[in-house]
Formats: sequence, C-alpha cells, structure tokens
Amino acid sequence: MPTVSMTVNGQAVSGEVEDRTLLVQFLRENLNLTGTHVGCDTSQCGACVVHVDGDSMKSCTMLALQANGADVTTIEGLAKGGEMHPMQQAFMDNHGLQCGFCTPGMVMSAIDLVAKNPNPDEATIRSELEGNICRCTGYHNIVKAVQQAAKNMGG
Amino acid sequence: MVENGIGASLRRKEDNRFLTGKGNYTDDINRPGQTYAYLLRSPHAHANINSMDISAAKSAAGVVAVFVGQDLVADAVGGLVCGASVTGKGGEVNKTPPRNVLTMDKVRFVGDPIAVVIAETLAQAKDGAELIAVDYGELPSVVSTSAADKPGAPQLHEECPDNVALDWELGDKAAVDAAFAAAAKTASVDLINNRMVTNPMEPRAAVGEYNSGTDEITLYMTSQNPHVHRLVMSAFMNIAPEHKFRVVAPDVGGGFGSKIFTYNEEAICAWAAKKINRPVKWTADRSEAFLSDAHGRDHVTKAEMAMDADGKFLAMRVSSHANMGAYLQLFSVSIPTLFHGFLLAGQYTTPAIYLESRSVMTNTAPVDAARGAGRPEATYLLERLVDVSALEMGLDPAEIRRRNFIKADQMPYQTPVVQCYDSGDYDASLDKALANADYDGFAARRDEAKGRGKLRGIGLSAYIEACGVAPSAAVGSLGVGVGLWESAQVRFNPTGGVTVFTGTHSHGQGHETAFAQLVTERLGVPVENVEVVHGDTDKGQFGMGTYGSRSLPVGGVAIANACDKIIAKGKKIAAHSLEAAEDDIDFAEGNFTVAGTDKTMNIAEVAFTAYVPHNYPEGVEPGLDEIAFFDPLNFSFPAGAHVCEIEIDPATGTLEIVNYTAVDDFGVLVNPMIVEGQVHGGLAHGIGQALLEGCVYDEDSGQLTTGSFQDYCMPRADNLPSFNVDYAPTVPIHNPLGVKGCGEAGAIAAPPAVINAIVNALGIKHLDMPATSEKVWRAAQAAG
Repeated sequence: MPTVSMTVNGQAVSGEVEDRTLLVQFLRENLNLTGTHVGCDTSQCGACVVHVDGDSMKSCTMLALQANGADVTTIEGLAKGGEMHPMQQAFMDNHGLQCGFCTPGMVMSAIDLVAKNPNPDEATIRSELEGNICRCTGYHNIVKAVQQAAKNMGG
Repeated sequence: MVENGIGASLRRKEDNRFLTGKGNYTDDINRPGQTYAYLLRSPHAHANINSMDISAAKSAAGVVAVFVGQDLVADAVGGLVCGASVTGKGGEVNKTPPRNVLTMDKVRFVGDPIAVVIAETLAQAKDGAELIAVDYGELPSVVSTSAADKPGAPQLHEECPDNVALDWELGDKAAVDAAFAAAAKTASVDLINNRMVTNPMEPRAAVGEYNSGTDEITLYMTSQNPHVHRLVMSAFMNIAPEHKFRVVAPDVGGGFGSKIFTYNEEAICAWAAKKINRPVKWTADRSEAFLSDAHGRDHVTKAEMAMDADGKFLAMRVSSHANMGAYLQLFSVSIPTLFHGFLLAGQYTTPAIYLESRSVMTNTAPVDAARGAGRPEATYLLERLVDVSALEMGLDPAEIRRRNFIKADQMPYQTPVVQCYDSGDYDASLDKALANADYDGFAARRDEAKGRGKLRGIGLSAYIEACGVAPSAAVGSLGVGVGLWESAQVRFNPTGGVTVFTGTHSHGQGHETAFAQLVTERLGVPVENVEVVHGDTDKGQFGMGTYGSRSLPVGGVAIANACDKIIAKGKKIAAHSLEAAEDDIDFAEGNFTVAGTDKTMNIAEVAFTAYVPHNYPEGVEPGLDEIAFFDPLNFSFPAGAHVCEIEIDPATGTLEIVNYTAVDDFGVLVNPMIVEGQVHGGLAHGIGQALLEGCVYDEDSGQLTTGSFQDYCMPRADNLPSFNVDYAPTVPIHNPLGVKGCGEAGAIAAPPAVINAIVNALGIKHLDMPATSEKVWRAAQAAG
C-alpha cells in the first residue's frame, strides 16, 4: 500500500493507505480524529468539511493520497491553548448546534466563509452554507452565530 | 432566586465537546479485534428468493462469516416486533405479518436485507457480498398508498388480505352523516400528506461486543431509547437476557423518531458478536439509510366539513389511507389511528367527528413515527380544510377560526375524539400571532408585491399537539404495548456534587443542560455541580427514552419528584443535626433552616452527613440517593398559531418565505434558548415537507427514486428564512412543572401555514405538498 504524508493540525503525520482510501477515512480511522463526520455518500451534507491548504474541502470527496503534502486542519485543531476559535464560541453563544453531528463541518465551512467574506450579510451566509445540511437547527441560530463570529474575527 | 434555574437561557453544557470534535458518536467507537458487517439487500421491490449461494462469499479474502436468515432462526432469534395492537372495525385487531431479522423466502421492498457478510474490513465485507449469488423470481409490486387495497393489487402477506393491516374508525358515523345532510354549507378537500425520510444527520450505526468471560453482550448504537431497545431485543428477539445485555446510546446525531425502533442491523451486530466472539460494527451509509430507515407520513385523505350558515363547524368527516410499507414497524398502525384521529378536533368545538383510516401494506420501506407522528397529518388536513371552509363561506381564515375556537373558559375541554385538553387559550395565541405578523397590513404588502410582478400570500395554522403520551393504563387499553412513564435518579455524591440519571435520552435536545437547571432550581445546587447521565443501561435505571416531546413533561417531573424525596430525607438529617423538629425545617435555595432562626445547613453538608453518619437520626438510612418514577395523568397539550407569508415569482415558480411568525403555548420554559431552537428545527422540518421533501418510489419498478441527498431535497440554509418566534403560555393543570412539550410543534404547524399561504397567493383551492417550484409554476400558469 502506498504511504501518504501530510500535516494535520500542525503535526506531521503519515500512514499507509489504499488507493481508494478517502481523506475522511484517513483522518477518522488512521489518525482517530473522529470529530470530522460522514453524513452522506454524495458530497451533499458537508459534515466532513476540513481545511486543506486553507480552503474548506469535503474530505469525503478527496482521496487521502490527493492530500499528500497538504496542510490539513480539522475541528480538533481550531481551539488554541484551551480557548475556542471565535467561530466555535459564536456557535455556543448563539445555540447554533443541537445534536452536534453537522457542527464540525458547519464550523469549518463558516470559518472559510468569513475568511473570504469578512462582512457577510444574511443572504450571503445562507447561500455560502448551501453545502452543509443541518436537520436540527433550521439554520436560524447558525446564521446568527456566523454573524457574531464575523464581527469577532475582525471583519 | 436561584441562579441558572428555570427560565435561564443557559449556554449548553454539551456544546464544548460537540464544538471541539470530542463528541462520541457510535461510529467513533472502535473495539479491539473489531470486524465489519455489510448487509446484502434486495434490489427488487417484490421477489421470491428461489435460491441463494453464499459459498464463494464465505471463502473470500478477509471474510470472517456470512449469515442468512436461517442462521438466526436456528439460534432461536426472534423476528422484529410491532408494538401496536389497535382494534379496528368489527373488533378486529391489526394483522401483523411476521418479519425475520434477515428475510428468507420473499423480499418485499428494495433494501430488504437477506444476508450479512462480516469481514476484517468494510471493503472486504462489501467485496464478499458481491460474491453472493441470489436467484430472484420477480413479482409485481405495489407502492401506491391509495391503490394498495384495490382489487388486483399484488399481495404482500398472506396475513393481510387486500394488503389491509387495519381498517379503523373513530366517532359516530350516523351522527356525522346526519349533520352533513342538514348542513347549510359543506367544504371538502382531497390531499396527500407526502412521505418523508426522517434523515437525522447521523446515519444509524451499531457496534456489538461479547465478553465470553462474563457472557455479556454490549451494544453501542444510535438509539433514542436504549432501555427499550434492550427490552425488545431481550424479550422478543432472544438476543440475551436483560441482565446480561448492556445497550449504550452515546452521543446520537439526531433521531426525529427514526432511532426509536428496533431494526435488523443493530440486532445482527449484537447477535453476531457473540456468534463469532469478536466485535461487529455496522454503519449505514446515507443510501442505506434512505432504503432501510423507517419513513414517515404518507397518507392519502379526503376531508369534509359541515357548517351552519355562520360558518360554525357542525361535523367533520375524514377518510384516509395510510401507507405502512412492507412490514409493521414498532408503532406503525397506531400512528394513523390513535396519534392522528385523537387530534382531529384541533382547536375547535366541532361536535361530531368521524374518521375511517385504512393502514395498507406496500412494497416500500416500513413507515412509522417521524417528528410529530400522526399529529402533523391531522393538523395538515384540518387546517387545510378550515381554509377551504373559509373560502366556501367567504370568511377571513382568522375569522372562521375564531368563530369555532374552544374558548379559554371552556377548559378543560372534552373533545368528541377521546382527548380532554387541560389548558389553552387559542384566541390569545392567534391574536398575538396576527399582531406579530402584521396581518392587518398584509393587503398593502400584497399590492406592493403585485407592482413588482410577485404574488404574495398569507396563511394561518392554528394547531394543537398532544405529547408526553400518557397515562400508561390508558395507552395500554388502546393497544400500545408499553407503559409511558419516566424515571429519574438523583444521587448526591458525598462531596455535594449531584449526578442525575434520566430514563430519557438526549440526541440534540440539550437535556444535560435543561435537566441540570431543573435540579438547580429545585435543590439550589450550582448548575456546574449537576451532571446529567443518560443513554447507558448499565448506568441508569430503566427508562422509556425520548420521543413524542415527552422528555421534559414526563422525564422532567420524575427528576423534580426525585429531588423532592431528597429534600424530604434531607429535612430529617438537618433536623437532627440542627437539634430541631423535622416539621420546623424549611428548605429553600439549597439551605435547610430552622424556621424563624438563623440555624441553617447547606444541602451539601447534609449530603456529607448522610454518607458519614456519625451523628445521625435514628431509623434513617445513610446515603442521599433517591429514585422516582412518574406516570402522568394526561397528555401535554401544546398549541399555538403560526402565520406564514410568502412571495411567488409566477414566471419561474420560485417561492420565498418572507415572514414566518410562530406564537406557541409551551407553558413554563425551562431554557428559553433551547426551546426556541426546538421551534426553529421543527419549523425547518415542516417547511421542508411543505416545499421540498418528498419520498418517491417508482410506480412500476418499486425502486426508491429519491435515494440520496441529491434526489431527496433536504432544506438548506438558503431555503429558509429567519423565524419570528414568540409565546402565549397557559398553565397545564396536569403537569406539576407547568411545562408542555416543544419538540414537534414546528413540524406540526408549518405545513398547513405554508400551503395556506401558497393557495392564498395563487387564488386556488389546494396544492399538494411538496410545493416545488415546478408545481407552483404550473399552478401559477393555470391560475393565470
């Protein structure tokens, strides 16, 4: 089996994978980073979103080998020194999560959204989160959370 | 006043782990030596299994075992059970065809599992399953709800002639027919309550593990009710005795009903783990979830109203077909009957109501409880019928509702369909909703929209919900096979921290926070010193789980009652320590005080004394750890009024919800932030049903054509508006905490509000859900 190497949450990692191993499988099964979830098999739900070289990416839609040499950030890599990322904090403050299953992907997508749209209005937030499905919240509080985080992230 | 008690919008205790990737969902669990299970499923809707050859699969690389239905039968594993026995016309109870864990002779829907392959890796299990040779003899299939009982329809089960599992009626048909004959005006609507796939974001999963040293099975699984799952798998399926069987439902990523039921796959993981003496893991992918999870709704209905000359409702008549799918799942026939018929009075004084409901079998996945379960179907037909009645009468939809409302001073109110409502003020919630939605200003907004080429409509929905199903004796007499009480244990640790064991289960509802607030309110213990434990049959006492918005109205009261037992015992201990009479001890905000003095003892000190009983009252047991079981006297009856305002672009059929106003009566709100979140989520479910979601099976082949998120449209962020949520509470006389359930209200109220707004905009009588852009465009073109 081929070997893949990448940086995940600031640490160099490598492992043997099959050609068909998806990035999300490598993260969950090889690295035991189970915060990244799998909610569908058609690249629709976004529960698996991570950052690859700074861009949000559905890790179910990328082979592990395609991420060779990449810099990957998962939900586990956001909090620094025990302090949550402003986006995580905003989701908590605004009750932007219920069952928590879509949450990691939603937070990772939202961070990328704000990075690319520092002052997003509601319509932009809703449109940009189209690739992340939440069944619990009705998105109302997710939108509020992203708005708060955008302010706190210095947008 | 106690800090962080009832009424505080406290941020959730569970959020830290969910937000940092430290949640522990079933698929996150891996056990040493674990194998992977893959289910081979029928690709046909209806077929005889002429032969099956598993030999090549058995010898495939990495395959540990292959099992078929006969292997489980040989091990005396029982089939899946239906928990409902509802008595229909002529005193006949529903016919329940048997269902094996793995189907042996005849498959009855696409996805019906016939074999399981267990291998070292999931890929090897899948590869092995491809080597199973099955010779199917295809049979004609039927998927249509309304056609299943027609002459000549393909027959699913010998036990169910004409594919009818239950033919049920409720009410006085003769009185209703007489009222129609004498009515000044009647209204009628034919409608379809579209089939939904529940789709919690976490697919079902299970990990079974066997300990040969203790002969115990542990099953980690996605469950809303782990004790009930253990009970069913033990008592009816013979997997293991309850005391040798641990079911753990760790973090569960949403349920909405679909994780109540005992399914094939979880039972297989538990059984096979012992059989091969290695852990067995199964995780559904989303396509598999679409095929194998129980679906919801799927009624085809005719509803009629008889009125006097003033639009006063005299009688209602409903005839409905409900699709049960290929097998009766756990609640099955009780949904379109008990959970549907008993709600048909809604908020109105309609004196005579008659419902006949046929539960039919089809070549589709089983249909069972899904967020609201029967109550959305009842509310949809009723609130659509009320709008059609208003149209017939030439009355404003708000006015016809007011003329027929049960008034607040009529509470408690006995409806003609079994339920006795214990509280509610429907005029108050409607008035507030209309004010919040600026109903009076709608005409001007409609005219302004018309100037922009848009069709603007407004729709109302005045709903009632019956949740916290109870009492146990009553539901038992109706044919539900369980008691619906709830349990709680409140345990003080010697150092003053409190562990609360609840028999309910949280899969997004925030019990760890809201229930801690209850304890803080009751016992005065700081909320950070209260830990709520659920979801593990080895940790807590038996409980019935979470569904039907029962956790707070039933489980919450059990917690409060256990707290009261703690206080009662604490008074004895404090009285002894403070050298006072027990009757002279007051308890407030965490302190036991001798009345009229400053002699006081904190509850944490009392707890320590209880565990170190050196100076202790005679005849009192050591320890401070109390359990309570609560069986309510009645259902909980949340209600409310919702107003939906939409704009349609007639050129494209695209639709925008421009305002959605909800005013709900949930009684006391323990954590308003969480309640509001539940409302939002329910609304998304209801709006999804109204506009986007519809599960479709191909009429000819019986194939599931909406089998993924690419084909089945889940609501996305850009399909929904922000919501305008408010409350108009009343006091429920049967609930000691004054609370009502809130989890299903949005899903119940929203579909008719949305459709009423659309037909208002288009000036038509009715449009079936889901009102997709294409459907709206066609209707707009036809309406001119």
